[in-house]
Amino acid sequence: MIPELGHFAVIVALLLALIQAILPLYGAHRGNLALMAVARPAAQGQFFFVALAFACLAWSFLVNDFSVLNVAKNSFSQLPEVYRFTATWGSHEGSLLLWVLILAFWSAAVSVFSRHLPEDMAARVIGVMGLISIGFLSFLLITSNPFERLLPAAMDGNDMNPLLQDWGMIIHPPMLYMGYVGFAVAFAFAIAALISGKMDVAWARWSRPWTTVAWAFLTLGIMLGSWWAYRELGWGGWWFWDPTENASFMPWIAGTALIHSLAVTEKRGAFKAWTVLLALTAFSLSLLGTFLVRSGVLSSVHAFATDPARGAFILGFLAVVIGGSLVLYAWRAPKMITGSGFTWFSRESLLLANNVILIAALGAVLLGTLYPLFMDAMGLGKISVGPPYFNAVFVPLMAPALFLMGIGPLARWKEASLPDIVTRMKWALGVAVAVAILLPLTMDGFEPWASLGFFLATWIALAVLAAFAERLKHGQGSLGQKLATLPRGFWGMQMAHFGMAVGVAGIAMVANYSTERDVRMDVNSYAELAGYNFTFRGTTEHDGPNYRAARGTIEVAKNGKTISTLHPEKRIYNASGMGMTEAAVRPVIFSDIYVAMGEQLDDQGAWTVRLFYKPFINWLWLGAFFMVVGGFMAASDKRYRIALRRSNEIPKNVAAQGA
Amino acid sequence: MNLFPVRQLMLAFLLGCSVPALAQEVASEPADALKQALPNAEDPEIEARLIKLAEDLRCLVCQNESLAGSHAELAEDLRREIREQMKAGKDDREVIAYLTERYGDFVLYRPPFKPVTYLLWLGPVLFLGIGGGAWYMTLRRRRAAESIPADEKKLAAAAQLLEEDK
Amino acid sequence: MKRWLPLVVFLVLVGFFAKGLFLNPREVPSPFIGRTAPAFTLPLVQDPSSTFSPADMKGQVWVMNVWAPWCVSCRQEHPLLMQIAQNGGVPIVGLNWKDKAREARDLLARTGNPYFAVPEDLDGKVGINYGVTGTPETYIIDKQGIVRMKHIGPISPEVWQTKFEPKIKELGA
Repeated sequence: MIPELGHFAVIVALLLALIQAILPLYGAHRGNLALMAVARPAAQGQFFFVALAFACLAWSFLVNDFSVLNVAKNSFSQLPEVYRFTATWGSHEGSLLLWVLILAFWSAAVSVFSRHLPEDMAARVIGVMGLISIGFLSFLLITSNPFERLLPAAMDGNDMNPLLQDWGMIIHPPMLYMGYVGFAVAFAFAIAALISGKMDVAWARWSRPWTTVAWAFLTLGIMLGSWWAYRELGWGGWWFWDPTENASFMPWIAGTALIHSLAVTEKRGAFKAWTVLLALTAFSLSLLGTFLVRSGVLSSVHAFATDPARGAFILGFLAVVIGGSLVLYAWRAPKMITGSGFTWFSRESLLLANNVILIAALGAVLLGTLYPLFMDAMGLGKISVGPPYFNAVFVPLMAPALFLMGIGPLARWKEASLPDIVTRMKWALGVAVAVAILLPLTMDGFEPWASLGFFLATWIALAVLAAFAERLKHGQGSLGQKLATLPRGFWGMQMAHFGMAVGVAGIAMVANYSTERDVRMDVNSYAELAGYNFTFRGTTEHDGPNYRAARGTIEVAKNGKTISTLHPEKRIYNASGMGMTEAAVRPVIFSDIYVAMGEQLDDQGAWTVRLFYKPFINWLWLGAFFMVVGGFMAASDKRYRIALRRSNEIPKNVAAQGA
Repeated sequence: MNLFPVRQLMLAFLLGCSVPALAQEVASEPADALKQALPNAEDPEIEARLIKLAEDLRCLVCQNESLAGSHAELAEDLRREIREQMKAGKDDREVIAYLTERYGDFVLYRPPFKPVTYLLWLGPVLFLGIGGGAWYMTLRRRRAAESIPADEKKLAAAAQLLEEDK
Repeated sequence: MKRWLPLVVFLVLVGFFAKGLFLNPREVPSPFIGRTAPAFTLPLVQDPSSTFSPADMKGQVWVMNVWAPWCVSCRQEHPLLMQIAQNGGVPIVGLNWKDKAREARDLLARTGNPYFAVPEDLDGKVGINYGVTGTPETYIIDKQGIVRMKHIGPISPEVWQTKFEPKIKELGA
């Protein structure tokens, strides 16, 4: 019953999406207020029904209803409750339903927070989002129905992949989708502006908070994915440039370029056509990512089980949505007015340079990800493009962008002089160079890339301080008062940039100064790494809810003092028989000690053990966290909230100026 | 003149010596009762070379994992082969040639620099160059452009004029 | 005109993706096509005192089928191989790959032996020399000992008719 209810809810949601798209878009075209007003309730209704469908699927998982095919394929009765819940999105069908749910959520959010928009704009934005919902809901119903029955019902499920039975599974997909899918709002705003032909500065102001919030969620989602892989995969790596990782990283790069470009469009009215194109690109990359992961076109650890029929459907959908948006762009491009002038080192110029570098980096990642496909499709053979390529290409490209982060925020709009900036920052430059040279001397040796990273990180951090110092020079009141009156947009930007600095420093450290040892440990033997002493006390048998484990005990000491006891495990899961290593990760201030069990060697309890020391790895997560908080802060700047408040005072039936 | 009381001095000295001993906690077990663990590999230097090389090689039976980290049987076999080759004195280039002779370029995560991959390796530089050129051209135009205030009304008026001109 | 550029780039990408839907990213072409089949000498499963070597087959077109008793897909193609052997077609050499448990002999006795010879590659080294990544994988080798074709996966009657037979005929069996 419940699965059928869920299935029915999806059908109703599709009907509502049709109404949400067709009526308001037509109404905006005709200036018909009544039709335009359908947008909001339709979006909210669609959200309700998709949420209902999602709840039905989640319920089926929670109660172990193995007569539902999706539950039988992805769950198991012994699975802990929380993972039975997350199994809802652990498959292609389920995660697609999550995608649709989050899209409906954003649509409903726009319907609530859009009172300050002209009615036709709001109608078009919600309408375009409705079009996207139609595509995905149809795809779900036609090729990927999560409510399909399995009759007769299975006795038990196939079990969930052990790698998914982790904290990361609970938060990474929802946060990632909030970001990924959230770019649909920026996309819809861009399309609405292109359709109406109204490309004014107000459009940039309206899109900006939505875009920044989506970007913040995407940053969070990617960080969580990386953190999860680091803990779960057992070899201490945190980024592999796998096609699926790239599929989420590319929209992030485009989104970063977009939020910076929007700043110029909002403040100075410049780069309109470029900003619109970026808004289209960011979401197009999200759609592209969805295609790559689900079509079988690229080989990835993360790819869902593939089916060419599904791939064809998504590709067709992609072609229509993205192709259509680009036709619209090409049509309207000549009408977008160029903005004001600016000089070589003005903020506009530096932001444009930032965009150029980010897009070049985006191009590099896209090229590397798709090149094997290009070659294969042209019969030129098969190659692999992996971390060595991406690292070699991406890091040098990003370095200048990181350097610009130290200058851009300090440059004035419209006109700024390089000598002026140099004077203000020369002390920061000196300190950064000093850190780059001296810091490696306290570590294991000089690594040029690490030094570059330290230089850039220090440079950016000092630029943030300099920005605060300059702002706080003026104004009255105590330091605290002055800080409190600084706009949130300023705080957000500085915090996000600072987060980047922290992240870069962490990466420089962990990529160049990590150490590891692979040792055979008898019971009561010890090994040393990075000044820590690891004593192996043997293993015990330990049964989890759905697995059996050999649980190791390792005492970690420094300078003779025991600081921790770690319990890495080697597990075998009951249903699938799959084995997995559950590493023990222990933070030591900002670094990590990471221990993973290898193989059992003999009957006396000896094991091979891998020990890792990961210096400053936690600065990666910390830096990302600052970026996320910075994003949310910037989006909550009062000029957006004033607009919201003011919108409640303006009567709604103003500005229905038609196409 | 102040004569240091000798006795107090000696006492202070002895106390001073004992401070480090007091400060240090007793280790959980006397160190000579524990055995030091041996490296898992027979030859840690070769092993380190192996891991470094294998990180840039593809596990051919996995979905997308490096030869260094994979637990697949073929991956272990190939690591064994590489280890033997390295012990026999082959350098990295020879080991890579050994593998590509048998498995093609697919096994390399670092694509070779050949005519068919020129676009791949030179692409990023090209993108930056094109972007840089666009930046330069845009700036030349903007410097010459007259300053127009980003005022909605004026922009709208200008747009209308353009419309009328068409 | 540059306003059409994004659309054009996108359409080119779509073209590649459409082609990509028909390709398998994990199917790796063999670098041995057109090269001499690597030499080896291995004992036979049926008679360990005798050996097999590709040189033994010089002068005829032959097929090398890499298989293992623990390989489930190999069972799928077994009936077809039996048929080919019974019809007196091209000789099939069954390279027994990584059969640590040494079950090959018993299995062949039970299910029938389609092979001309069954050399035993216990540690998989010969397999590596041929670029084998799994089982079953099948090679066609010509009269001069040059590898002319490699097929990955079980051979269905369709594949035999459309891929193998024409090639074997072409090589003048």
